[in-house]
Amino acid sequence: MVTPVALNLPLSGSDVSGLTAGDIVTLSGRLVTGRDRIHKYLAERPRKEEVPFDLSGTVLYHCGPVVEKADGEFRAVAAGPTTSMRVEMYEAIVIREYGLRGIMGKGGMGEGTRRALKECGCVYFHAIGGAAVYLAARIRKTVGVWKLEEFGPTEAMWLFEVEGFPAIVTMDSHGNDLHREVEEASLKRFSELIKKSK
Amino acid sequence: MLKLRDGIVELYKKVATSLPPDVEEALRSALPAEEEGSAAASSLSVMLENVRMARENAKPLCQDTGVPVFFVKVPMGLSQLDMKETILDATRIATVKVPLRPNAVDVVTDKNSGDNTGAGFPIIYMEETRSGTLSIDLMLKGGGCENAGQLYKLPLEELGAQRDLDGVRRCVLDAVQRAQGRGCPPYIIGVGIGASKDQVTRLAKDQLMRKLNDANANSDLAALEKKILTEINGLGIGPQGLGGRITALGVKIGANHRHPASYFVDVSVGCWAHRRGRLIW
Repeated sequence: MVTPVALNLPLSGSDVSGLTAGDIVTLSGRLVTGRDRIHKYLAERPRKEEVPFDLSGTVLYHCGPVVEKADGEFRAVAAGPTTSMRVEMYEAIVIREYGLRGIMGKGGMGEGTRRALKECGCVYFHAIGGAAVYLAARIRKTVGVWKLEEFGPTEAMWLFEVEGFPAIVTMDSHGNDLHREVEEASLKRFSELIKKSK
Repeated sequence: MLKLRDGIVELYKKVATSLPPDVEEALRSALPAEEEGSAAASSLSVMLENVRMARENAKPLCQDTGVPVFFVKVPMGLSQLDMKETILDATRIATVKVPLRPNAVDVVTDKNSGDNTGAGFPIIYMEETRSGTLSIDLMLKGGGCENAGQLYKLPLEELGAQRDLDGVRRCVLDAVQRAQGRGCPPYIIGVGIGASKDQVTRLAKDQLMRKLNDANANSDLAALEKKILTEINGLGIGPQGLGGRITALGVKIGANHRHPASYFVDVSVGCWAHRRGRLIW
């Protein structure tokens, strides 16, 4: 087994440029969640002052967790990634405006995000979809939440303290994209399969 | 109906926190097919570990507890209206007790109802049965894989798909090629063929309730299921879409009679966390 690269959040520019698609990593420190509604809200117009958390250098995790409240504290009990491609139309703006160094989700993203990653020195981490209990066990603490009332627990921005959170770099800041490589290879095989008749 | 309500809450709990044995077994047998140390192999190991942890801690194995889809066979004489109300009550309780993620969003106001009930939510299909037992099947269908589904109207020139079973094969391969890793592979694929759009989408969902190791009663469709599964696994998309040999665990096809002018094919994609279960009452 490969030893994962242990990364501490927030990430620096050199942390990011040292990462290559295919690297297996673990994340420790503070990250935020955000999915469809947060992305739309953040991209509509710059709202840097409005966000109660420091986003610079951190990772934005595409995740709508299952959260339980016990003894006045929120605890994530299931927290896997959601499909990243749904926020493709907002992501490049969000990366440029808010100084993020990492985006995390599942399934990869499109050309606009790939360009923004390269321009701004940011990476895309793929977390294992469906492994929600396994991943939630790496969330040590819920530090804060924003837009809970307005957007609800699924769509709110959660600030989590994670430790040893596993992921794979699948789109790096140099323009490499594992998802695109897999897709191009499978397209070739697909074209052969539908060319041949019964 | 109170006892039945509690039974449905328990069904929710079981379905949200564990995988059916046939699906878990299929994931386990996929592992040796992938190269040691590959992203595919390590993803599969994490999935299996996650299944174990979810069952042990009785927590939802995926945070997307989905749209609940019920398939209910109601004995004659039992009220379907009462049945529906009981399911709605159980859903509200299960949302707090399991817990389930509140997933029902009002399309007009964008407000989440908070309890997984709303217009057409959960989805409930009921039919009457002559048998004396009530049978309730539940699937928790995640949004990621539901979004990966496609509806086709044959013929379709760009796929070279004519109105025959080879055309169906081409549609299924196209749907998987488009989905890539976005719906959480290895997938379970349900296919419905027939005369109208509404009917084939339901039929495709029905197929997702079949056990992976069952045999299609129609030998032509059984052969087609096998052939398509092999071809999907030749695409190289792999677990989590990071490359590999196992992209799907099963393909299940159902066919209704069609209109001479119509040939609809619906492809419904199920994720590896394929949560389904049955309550017999």
